[in-house]
Amino acid sequence: MFGWEFPPHILGGLGTASYGLTKGMWECGDMDISFVIPKPWGDEDKSFAHIIGASQVPIAWRDVNREYVEQRIGKYMDPDLYFKLRSHIYADFNYMRTNDLGCLEFSGRYPDNLLEEINNYSICAGVIARTLDFDIIHSHDWLTYPAGIHAKQVTGKPLVIHVHATDFDRSRGNVNPTVFGIEKDGMTHADHIITVSNLTRNTVIEKYGIDPAKVTTVHNAVTPLSDELLNVQVNKPKEKVVTFLGRITMQKGPEYFVEAAAKVLKNNHNVRFVMAGSGDMMDKMILLAAERGIADRFHFPGFQKGKQVYEMLKASDVYIMPSVSEPFGISPLEAMQMGVPSIISKQSGCAEILDNVIKTDYWDIDAMADAIHAIITYPAMYNQLREDGLDEVNRITWDKAGAKVIDIYRKVIENR
Amino acid sequence: MKAICFYFQIHQPFRLKRYRFFDIGNDHYYYDDFSNDDIVTRIAQRSYMPAAEALLGMLEKNPQFRCALSITGVALEQCEQYVPEFIDLLKKLVATGRVEILAETYAHSLSSLIDPEEFESQVKVHDDKIQELFGVKPKVLRNTELVYCDELAPQILAMGYKGVITEGAKHILGWKSPNYVYSAASAPKLKILLRNAKLSDDIAKRFSNPDWDEYPLTADKYIDWIANTPADEQIVNLFMNLETFGEFQARESGIFQFLEALPYFAKERGVEFWTPTDAVTKLKAVGELSIMHPISWTDESRDTSAWLGNKLQNEAFQKLYSVAERVRLCDDRRLKQDWYYLQAADHLFYMATKHFADGAAHSNFSPYETPFQAFTNYMNVLSDFIVRVEEQYPLSIENEELNALLTTIRNQEREIETLNKEVSSMRKNIEHFNEEHLLREAKAAEAAKPVAEKKPARKACKPKAETAAKAEPKKPAAKKKAPAKK
Repeated sequence: MFGWEFPPHILGGLGTASYGLTKGMWECGDMDISFVIPKPWGDEDKSFAHIIGASQVPIAWRDVNREYVEQRIGKYMDPDLYFKLRSHIYADFNYMRTNDLGCLEFSGRYPDNLLEEINNYSICAGVIARTLDFDIIHSHDWLTYPAGIHAKQVTGKPLVIHVHATDFDRSRGNVNPTVFGIEKDGMTHADHIITVSNLTRNTVIEKYGIDPAKVTTVHNAVTPLSDELLNVQVNKPKEKVVTFLGRITMQKGPEYFVEAAAKVLKNNHNVRFVMAGSGDMMDKMILLAAERGIADRFHFPGFQKGKQVYEMLKASDVYIMPSVSEPFGISPLEAMQMGVPSIISKQSGCAEILDNVIKTDYWDIDAMADAIHAIITYPAMYNQLREDGLDEVNRITWDKAGAKVIDIYRKVIENR
Repeated sequence: MKAICFYFQIHQPFRLKRYRFFDIGNDHYYYDDFSNDDIVTRIAQRSYMPAAEALLGMLEKNPQFRCALSITGVALEQCEQYVPEFIDLLKKLVATGRVEILAETYAHSLSSLIDPEEFESQVKVHDDKIQELFGVKPKVLRNTELVYCDELAPQILAMGYKGVITEGAKHILGWKSPNYVYSAASAPKLKILLRNAKLSDDIAKRFSNPDWDEYPLTADKYIDWIANTPADEQIVNLFMNLETFGEFQARESGIFQFLEALPYFAKERGVEFWTPTDAVTKLKAVGELSIMHPISWTDESRDTSAWLGNKLQNEAFQKLYSVAERVRLCDDRRLKQDWYYLQAADHLFYMATKHFADGAAHSNFSPYETPFQAFTNYMNVLSDFIVRVEEQYPLSIENEELNALLTTIRNQEREIETLNKEVSSMRKNIEHFNEEHLLREAKAAEAAKPVAEKKPARKACKPKAETAAKAEPKKPAAKKKAPAKK
């Protein structure tokens, strides 16, 4: 598997989904999974997959001894694997900026030179593909498609790509041609495409012109939360709290949340709104909240990480995700795990599998305001959504998603 | 001797419009006129009217054919408004004397489960409406959605009904057959008619289903089934929605022809047609039937979970009836009207969060996309309604206190009335007395003129002053109190 993020060092939903799926597949049994990421930190959970860091893959020959390797990267990689990989270098990459082990440096994030990093990643993938023995290649999201294609060309093994998002979702239609090119290339070369929702499936079929028979939806799931997280202690404010958690970007529809908040506050003053996260539209949203005259009730606590997310959810009465286009959207499921009723846009992939949530169109601020009002005013509504929601979300587990993916693997291998 | 007892249900709720929370306190009109008009007209044209015409034809051609209809008050109101021609057809049907109209709650409400007083008053209002439109008085009661339990029986009997109709639910009957008349365990004089679920649903649900192993169903075969039931089972109760004909089962499925053919085959096999009243008067109860928990004819579980199965529904139900007493106290006509329309069980039905086959049935009828939307919308409307009730009588006054105040006002009214009557009767007496006196005077004058003249004049004055003194001090006192209470 090729991925870009892996918990605990994650920047978005991609890492969480890759982790959950891999673990779910491992739970189904009889799987030997190697998961390649650009830069491991050493504290990843290695119990169900071999984590291989591209930043430890040699692409240029260096004469180093075992002790040195052990001391340098032993934390991340077994030295034996290093030497095995070293003997499969397929071209002279000395012209590149390699380090003392002949490896490339990766940031493992989304830097400005992202395209260069994607290319480097695919070079490493070539070495890995020549070294390891495997039956199928699985690439998570467009960043790793080139690596997947490379591995397929080297080994002739079937390629499955996993579309967690497309550029149409990220840009509300103003697609970056380079990204589109990489995505399209990956989809064309893939033997099978897995999408995280039917919404994304349709985008893949319609916008990228892919044969529908080649595209299957496997909805994401959630990993059960630990008791520690479920029972975090927070001081709840007196007022009801409505929370938005996520990147404050065009894709997430933050302005609709502000407008809906203004509507609710006109009639009901016993409520506070929180927009947690950061992003390029944050300043605009602060301005908008001020313009609507609700700045005293509308808060921007900034980016939340790790445990803070769950503290935030614990203090909330309503979770809202008004995304304009959301391939899946795992955060409402997490809110439901914490027992917070959620309002999501119909344009979110997770709306396809959830029943005990309120679904509105992202632009329908009236309906959104109405739903917020209903949950905070009518206790029956809150309790019904909370309890049935918990029940529902606990049944959405990764092993079911994993089984579906394994099924797809089987078909792909048989059809060759 | 066997008989079929047909009863057809007609009900349409007043569907609510999209009512946002910022409308609360501003907009007091709750109904989606367009879709109500649209739905009622469509169903009337596709189902109600052709079915009524078919029944009329059957009554003409088959002197032995009889059946019963049950129409909710809210459905009647909508028909009067949108398809008055259907009301004319109904009048024709009732005028044959062979179509019985059943009693039920005016608003198609579940008041029987929570508020006996409201239940009784609604059934009364419905009876009055039936009397006004069709000139008949219902004798058998069919509660909303056939809801029935032991607790209701004494009340129903006290209200003057001979029989009650309910579902032949399997979990109640066990080994017993629904094809008998039973009596209520808690009120043995009340007879119970049980719906034959299998045979009713053969028509209502399975008729045009090609996957059913008895498909296609013919009138011949169907009457055969009924005729072949054990010999001592005398009555088969077939209760269903009138929409079965033409709406649930499309006209193209041949449902109307099936219906029209039934009396001919019934005659051939010696099967009669009875109305529910016929059944409860002609047949003796074979035994008592005890029903502890409320049953109904809806959903797989045949209980009240279709309307009161989750938290949302219970909250809405409790909230609604929390103001029942106050609404009954007031006499604002629009408020009373909304009170009826909001009680329709359908609003709760839309909030069901059931799955599988039951869930499909719920969402089929629902004008909302999700049960949560149904709840939000209903609660917003209800919030506005409660605000209006509070405007009439502020919440700060307890129900009992309010009741006491209203009783004194009413009592005073009554007192004033009786006093007025007293005054007028006294006046009459005085006049009478005066007349008599004049006569006597005349006689006395004839006898002895100068002596008798002064005395009667004094007597006539006295009682007049007395009555005036009696009436006057009370009147202003009553007037002073009355406005203070309003």
